[in-house]
Amino acid sequence: MSPTVYHYLTLSAILFSMGTIGVLTRRNAIVIFMCIELMLNAVNLSFIALSRHLGNLDGQIFVFFVMAVAAAEAAVGLALMITFFRNRESIEVDDINLLKW
Amino acid sequence: MELLFFYLVALIAVISGFLVVKCQSPVNSAISLVMTFFCLAVFYVMLHAPFMAAIQILVYAGAIMVLILFVIMLLNLGAEANKRYAHSVAGGALAGVVVLLMVFYFLRQGEATGMKGPISTELIAQIGHTELIGRTMLTDFLLPFEIASILLLVAIVGAIVLAKKEV
Repeated sequence: MSPTVYHYLTLSAILFSMGTIGVLTRRNAIVIFMCIELMLNAVNLSFIALSRHLGNLDGQIFVFFVMAVAAAEAAVGLALMITFFRNRESIEVDDINLLKW
Repeated sequence: MELLFFYLVALIAVISGFLVVKCQSPVNSAISLVMTFFCLAVFYVMLHAPFMAAIQILVYAGAIMVLILFVIMLLNLGAEANKRYAHSVAGGALAGVVVLLMVFYFLRQGEATGMKGPISTELIAQIGHTELIGRTMLTDFLLPFEIASILLLVAIVGAIVLAKKEV
């Protein structure tokens, strides 16, 4: 017996909610970033499972674009963190308060 | 048999995903995340999408995680000081559980139906997954493909401008 699409969607939901918990509870900006990657991957898994279930390749193309955007986001986000670290010697999100009032 | 394998890999994926959230040191989180990516690549192979599995390992485990590890080690980050706020942990856990319960509710209620496409296991085996993806990408999705290349160019320029000492 092979796993159905619901198995994959359930696993995807579990991974996504773990990523959500990570984003909301961690305070290191890079770990938050990695949790966002975890959420993106959970969504990718459900895209590919549904694409397989429906016999349609559009979902997999979408996963391809999600990966392209994640790569761009990684480059720009990490550059921002390096710049911030250079100014504040820290990447804790509590220290990022320049635009707070 | 395949279901048993699925449960085994799913267990590893969930445990390593949990370690991403749990580990104090960012390097340990990053290594756990690589493990999760490998598990997801295994799922993509099981879903008859070998090209996506290869891209998952090349782009995520290869490029993005190396970049993240590089920055972690460049900034010499240790374990974060253990001063998490209790209310933020409680709120985050509550929000995560609510998301999970909502998705489970909709999964139980609904049924994944839709217009069935022509792609089958036989077609993938006959033509090849990479060729099918390539054909779709360069015909139906040509404009988004070009936009993605412009996005990557802008990201490269932006990253260099941001990370340079003086522009």
